[in-house]
Amino acid sequence: MASLIKIAQAGTLESSDIMIAVAPGSEGSGIIIELESIVMAQYGEDICLTLREIMAEQDCTDVYIKAVDRGALDCTIRARVLTALCRAGAALKEEML
Amino acid sequence: MDLKLRRSMLFIPGNNPGMLQNGGVFGADSVILDLEDAVAPTEKDAARFLVAHALKTVDYGCSEKVIRINPLDTFAAEDIKVVVPCRPDAILVPKVESAADIDASVKMIGAAELPGQTPVKIIALLETPRGIIEAYNIAKADPRVVALALGAEDYTAGLGAMRTKEGTEIFTARSLVVNAAAAADVQSIDTPYTDANDEEGLLADTDLAKQLGFKGKLSINPRQIEVIHAVFNPSSSDIDWAEQVIHAIRKAQTEGSGVASLNGKMVDLPVVNRAERILHLARLLGLIEGAE
Repeated sequence: MASLIKIAQAGTLESSDIMIAVAPGSEGSGIIIELESIVMAQYGEDICLTLREIMAEQDCTDVYIKAVDRGALDCTIRARVLTALCRAGAALKEEML
Repeated sequence: MDLKLRRSMLFIPGNNPGMLQNGGVFGADSVILDLEDAVAPTEKDAARFLVAHALKTVDYGCSEKVIRINPLDTFAAEDIKVVVPCRPDAILVPKVESAADIDASVKMIGAAELPGQTPVKIIALLETPRGIIEAYNIAKADPRVVALALGAEDYTAGLGAMRTKEGTEIFTARSLVVNAAAAADVQSIDTPYTDANDEEGLLADTDLAKQLGFKGKLSINPRQIEVIHAVFNPSSSDIDWAEQVIHAIRKAQTEGSGVASLNGKMVDLPVVNRAERILHLARLLGLIEGAE
């Protein structure tokens, strides 16, 4: 299991980007996502699904995620989340890409 | 020589998702996803992840995918470890100063490549006085090196000279890079023209680069690509001349001679080689039809 040791952030509020903040959750809290998006109605569920997938891939179980999306593609979301996890002290898996 | 077209090589900031995802639409022969100067020191990690994911998912069309990593004495090792397995076509190594720098880059790139992966090429960016002096040794250091590129901003800073639009201060460096690249049978790519709003200046600067022998030019703005291509594309009169040269030499060869005459001028092997290069480029660009 990859544990976060501090709060961290990655990404920007520019168009086509997403700002991701991650923080360690209390034990058993699971993945808690707070999402704002300019395409919430169309892609909100997909973005949440992507965030949960990445957490599962990295064995992160108790994480609070705040995401402010400005129309980011899936590859951008993945890159920003991995950067945030790295900055939060999570040991990413070798095949982190 | 690697015959890939590199008339224009467009820099794209590595930490800008909007530009990364649209990099393939401008028609540049190469896109350079930049992890170095375009990325703030505090964002190097973020750009590395972003570029790696862009390489795996964004369609850059016919554009060659080149990554400018950070200098070897900073974040190059981390950059190579993350981006090379994502199968870029080439790595642009900045501030190369010696053959040893190429050896070090080759070792790191080779170690990061996946089994069966097409070997990643190297383009050496020469942007210091020492790098210019060592240009030939750098170009010959390894078969992965396919081109030398000139970075004039850092170079003139190293000289202690002012950078001007006329480029008098980089004339020697330009000539040395072109000569070294030709001697080593690799391509030479000229420094970018940094005033994106000065189309006339870009045209004059690109004309000069072509005249000196450069095969392409770095670019810092998509608006520059059309002008750069117009200069490096062979003109119809170039193509006509080249076809006449080939016709003349073939006729001479059937008559048992290795030398021909065209409009009173001697046509020998170097002239034929130049004509063949023009026709090869014209075929690549679809300006003429037919096999080599």
